[in-house]
Amino acid sequence: MPTESTRSAMPYARLMLMLLLAPALLWLLGLIVLPHVELGILSLRARVAPRVYEASLAQYRTFIEEPLYWHTFVRTALMSILATAITLVMAFPIAWTIAKLARGRNKSMLFVLCLIPFWVSETVRTLGWMILLRESGVLPQLLVWLGLSPAPIEMLYHDATILVGLVYTSMLFMVIPLISALESLDDSLIEAAYDLGGNGWSILRQIVIPHAAPGIVAGCIVVFMLTLGNYLTPTLLGGKNSQWFTEQIYTQFITRFNWEQGAAFGFLLLGLSTAIVWAGLRLSGQKFGEVMQRS
Amino acid sequence: MIASLPRPFWLRASTVVYGLLFFAFLFLPLVVVAVFAFNDAAYPAPPWRGFTLDWFLGGADTARRGLFADSAMLGSLWTSVVVACWVTVLSVLVGTANAFLIERTQFRGKQALSLLMLAPLVIPGVILGISILAFASRIANLADDLWALELDFLRPGLPLVILGQFSYIVSIATLTITARLKRFDVTLEEAAYNLGASRAAVFTTITLPYLQPALIGAAAISFLMSFENFNTTLMLVGSDAPLTVMMYGRMREGATPVLNAVSLFLMVASALLALTLLRGKPSAQGQAAV
Repeated sequence: MPTESTRSAMPYARLMLMLLLAPALLWLLGLIVLPHVELGILSLRARVAPRVYEASLAQYRTFIEEPLYWHTFVRTALMSILATAITLVMAFPIAWTIAKLARGRNKSMLFVLCLIPFWVSETVRTLGWMILLRESGVLPQLLVWLGLSPAPIEMLYHDATILVGLVYTSMLFMVIPLISALESLDDSLIEAAYDLGGNGWSILRQIVIPHAAPGIVAGCIVVFMLTLGNYLTPTLLGGKNSQWFTEQIYTQFITRFNWEQGAAFGFLLLGLSTAIVWAGLRLSGQKFGEVMQRS
Repeated sequence: MIASLPRPFWLRASTVVYGLLFFAFLFLPLVVVAVFAFNDAAYPAPPWRGFTLDWFLGGADTARRGLFADSAMLGSLWTSVVVACWVTVLSVLVGTANAFLIERTQFRGKQALSLLMLAPLVIPGVILGISILAFASRIANLADDLWALELDFLRPGLPLVILGQFSYIVSIATLTITARLKRFDVTLEEAAYNLGASRAAVFTTITLPYLQPALIGAAAISFLMSFENFNTTLMLVGSDAPLTVMMYGRMREGATPVLNAVSLFLMVASALLALTLLRGKPSAQGQAAV
């Protein structure tokens, strides 16, 4: 027999649960789950006559049969992997310096210095790179002035330019998880390894990297995802040559109004992104929730 | 190598050199943007032709229309502020509700639901945009067919932009607020109940003040993420372009230094925001910012 107090508490708890559950369900169903179901349905149909559609795999067939589309897809994936690797290699020494070498004020100052550029919008940062790299821009003029090149060279619109932009935009998302992973590594482990005759390389390989692996994987997953889904940097720095997959999605959806094809492309990109995230988590034996908390 | 071990000279030197190069890489684009906002030339490019404030103050009817006379640019700046305010309010409110849902209630499927709450963070922004666009049009078309109802807010435009940005920014707000609520000592609330406080009083005098730093942090991050968002916005935008979309359009046409001027304005604004936050919350800010 429930007492007076629990009897009044039960409906209250239920009401509270309903009130708290309502916004979460509205958000997740209305803005995430159902829109993706809609996208899936769109991608699995084909227009046979005005306002008449039938179920078909035609959109996915187009993707396989049209070399431009799957070339762009593979290219985007490979460039993203490359950008992630470069970001990791560039970020590691800085993360190490901040986590292990810098002390006190220096440490927090270096950390804040890493953060500052990322408080500014990606548009502004890309504008900076355009001013630096375009034919009439700062670096080509500097090279002429130094006598290193006879005439200004166009540094925009190359694959390397896209990579520079992508690495730049992603840097913070690699540095932060690396710093937190390296800070949790006990210095005495490194000292012990050194006393036992380890050199820099073997310590890095056998102690530092295994310890920092969760942070490395977290950083790589986030950077890869952001790079794959980036639109602004490849289109502005790569121009017509960028051939980024998000651009294909935009073209199909907004320019050509071919929503069926655009939806199929969207699902392919989502599939690739999810597969890489899943593989990264499997490789490092981590849980999705932990990685997200970490970054 | 760590500080307590002997490091050869070449290693110490190369650490410093690499550090300098790295920070030059980080700051060069920003410095260039700021400097060329003041160059006395029609395009943001070298050589340096002298200092001018034309790109801020130039009148609307002159050849050099400055930022403060560029009504399209100022309008888009205002649009961005309005959108960001809506996204911030919605994200913090729903994020707080989500935090209490995760930390304070028990129901079947809670684990799955809290994982699903993180999903928007791994969906590329472009795809969030097109899926919401497609779903909203489906509902709008349905309402039109069935009841001849024109639901304009479901067509590309600012309401959809707000919903699109909200759909993933609320995940970040939820993470930030949940992390703080998790560390809350529930006995504080129980003590207040024992002393006869009502639920409302406990919430406003104990729980809410404790959550305040996380709420402010979540609000700042939400505002900034919304202000900077491009991918999702581009897919959902109607006739009123927020600042990032407007800047993108102009950058493709070939930019005048007005873009540098508005960029410098943004840099100063976000630096001020960052400073206020860092002052308020000395250590944890870095972790919360991402």
